[in-house]
Amino acid sequence: MFFSMLSEAWHAMSANRLRTFLTMLGMVIGVGAVVLMMAIGEGAQQAIKRSIDSMGSNLFVVLSGSSSTSGSRSGSGNSSALNINDANAIGDLDDIGAIAPISTGNSQIIYSGSNWNTSIIGTTPSYFSIRGWNVDSGNLFTDADIRSASRVALVGKTVVENIFGDDIDPIGKTIRIKKSPFLIVGVLEAKGQSFDGRDQDDTIIVPITTAQRKLFGNQIPGSVRMIMAQAKSEKYMGVAEDAINDLIRQRHNIRENTESDFSVRNLTAMAKTASDTAKTMSMLLGAIASISLLVGGIGIMNIMLVSVTERTREIGIRMAIGAREKDILLQFLLEACVISIVGCVIGVGLGLGGALLVKKMVGAEILVSMQSIVLAFSVAASVGVFFGYYPASKAAKLHPIEALRYQ
Amino acid sequence: MTKPVIEIAGLYKDYDTPAGVFPVLKDVNLTIDEGDFVAIMGPSGSGKSTFMNILGCLDRPTKGEYILNNQSVKALNNNQLAALRNQTIGFVFQGFNLLARSSLVDNVALPLVYAKNQKELRTKIAKNILERMGLGQYFESRPNQISGGQQQRVAIARALVNQPRIILADEPTGNLDSKTSEEIMKIFDELNQIGNTIILVTHESDIAKHASRQIRFLDGKIVEDRRHKKIKVEA
Repeated sequence: MFFSMLSEAWHAMSANRLRTFLTMLGMVIGVGAVVLMMAIGEGAQQAIKRSIDSMGSNLFVVLSGSSSTSGSRSGSGNSSALNINDANAIGDLDDIGAIAPISTGNSQIIYSGSNWNTSIIGTTPSYFSIRGWNVDSGNLFTDADIRSASRVALVGKTVVENIFGDDIDPIGKTIRIKKSPFLIVGVLEAKGQSFDGRDQDDTIIVPITTAQRKLFGNQIPGSVRMIMAQAKSEKYMGVAEDAINDLIRQRHNIRENTESDFSVRNLTAMAKTASDTAKTMSMLLGAIASISLLVGGIGIMNIMLVSVTERTREIGIRMAIGAREKDILLQFLLEACVISIVGCVIGVGLGLGGALLVKKMVGAEILVSMQSIVLAFSVAASVGVFFGYYPASKAAKLHPIEALRYQ
Repeated sequence: MTKPVIEIAGLYKDYDTPAGVFPVLKDVNLTIDEGDFVAIMGPSGSGKSTFMNILGCLDRPTKGEYILNNQSVKALNNNQLAALRNQTIGFVFQGFNLLARSSLVDNVALPLVYAKNQKELRTKIAKNILERMGLGQYFESRPNQISGGQQQRVAIARALVNQPRIILADEPTGNLDSKTSEEIMKIFDELNQIGNTIILVTHESDIAKHASRQIRFLDGKIVEDRRHKKIKVEA
C-alpha cells in the first residue's frame, strides 16, 4: 500500500517535472544553506576548541606591570617586577598544581645559509606539562639544563620548515641565536593556531636561565616577563586567582588602594568567551539559513494547493472507487514529503559540496557533523508534513460528487 | 429467489443553491431485487443522476431511508461509505473517468489498492479482467491512446475488479456511437446473466430495452415503473 502510494507520488511529480523541480529547489537551497552554514559555524567552533586545548587547561598568566621611564609608559610585561622567586612562591600555593616562569623575546636565528625571525621562549620543563606539549622527535630539555644554563633549544614546526626545509633532520644541528650557538635537542609537535590567531609553532624554546643570561640580558638577574600557573582543577580557579593576587601584592609590599605592579589573567575564561562567541555566531548562521528552509516549505504548500485544485477530478474518481479520506490525505502528504525529502538529499549534497569549496577556496576550517545532516533531514521531513498537511486535508475533505463534477 | 438488495423509502434530496433550497428528489420509493436489470430514464433535470449518486453512496439523501443489503446507509460514516463504493458497488460513468496518467492496468487495479491487496495480486487480477474485456494488448497504454469504447470497457473492468454484486452505470453509452454502445451493452447483459444487479441511467430507449425493468423519473419523482421481457441475448 505504502509503496504503491510512493510510486504514485513519484508519477504525479514526474508528470510536471519543471514545477516539481522548482518547488524542490526551494528545499534544496534551504537545506544546502543550513548544512553549509552549520559546517562553517561548527568549523569555527572546532578551530577555537582546538586552540584552547593547545593552550592548556585551567591556566593563569601572571604578567609584570608596565614600567615607566621618564613619563613614557611601556606595556604590560615590560617592568622587571616579577622574578623567579615570585614564581616559586606561586608554585607553593595550595591551589596551584604547576608553574612555569617565562622570559620571551624575538630574535633572528641563523642556520647555514638561511635565517628566520622568531619568538624565543625561555622557560622550565614544567612549561611542557602545563601546556600539554611534547616533542615530535628528540627530547625535552631537563632541570639539569636549567641549572647549567646549557645552550640547548627546542624548535617549533614552523621554524623547522623555514630554516631546515623538509630534507634535513634538525636534531643535533646547531643554530645561532643572537650569535650564540644552540644545539637543537628536539622538535616540538605541531600546536597550530592559538585562539587569537598566532602561529604557536613559530617559536624556539630554550632553558630560562640560558635565555636570561645569554639572550635577553636582563638588568635585574632572575626577573621574568611572566609566570604561567596552572590551578589543580577547574573548581580552584577562583580561589587560585585571589591567592596569587594576595601573594604577589604581599611579596611586592604593595599597600592597599595602590595599583598592583603585575596583573593576573585567566586564559581559560578568555578562551571560553571566544568559544561562546563562535557558538552564538554558528547558531545565528543556522537560524538565518533556516529562514530559507521556511520559505522553501511555503513554496511546497503553494504548489500542493495548486496541485490539489488541478487534480480535483482525479480525487473525485479515487473517492468514487473507494478511496477513504485517509487515503487521499496520505497520498498528497506523501507527495509533499517526497518533494521535501528528495530536495533535502540534493540540498545536503550541495551543502557538502559548498563546504568543500569554501574549505578549498578560503581555507577556513569546515566541519560537517552528522548532527547537522540529521537535523536538516528531520526539519525537511517536518516541513513536508507541516506544509503538506493543509493542502492534503483540503483534498481529503472534498465531496466526491463535487470533485467529480469539477471541470 | 428474489431478494431485495436496494430498498428506498421516502427519499428526499435538496440542494442548497444561492437562490434557495432546491428539491431534486421528492419522496422516492423503490425496491430493487437481486439480479434485476433496471434502466432509469427521464429528461435532464428529473433527478435521475442525483438518484444514482445516492444509490452509489457518493452522496447522502436529505431525508428518507436507503437500505443496501439490509443495512441502513444513513448510519454509516464516510469511511464505511468508501468501503461500500469499493467492495459492494461498481460505478461506471458517462465520461469514463479514468486516470489519464496511469496505465490501463493501474487504472483497473486502483480499487484493489484501496482494498489493500498486494501488488502482484492486483496486477494479476487487473490483467485478467482486461483480457476478458478484449484489451489484452493494451495493458501499459494510457487511456488517451485507445478509443472511447475501449475506454468504457476499461472503466467497466475497473468497476468489476472487486467483484461487486451491484453495478451502477450513469449513461455509460452517452459518449459512444451506436455500434460501440451495443457492444458495451452486451457486456452489461452478460454481467446481468451471471447474476449481477445492474442499474443504469439512459435516455435512449434502445439502450433501455436491454433492461428488464424501466423506471421513469419526472420532476424528482418516479412516474413509471414497468417490467418487460428482456430481449434475447446471444451467448
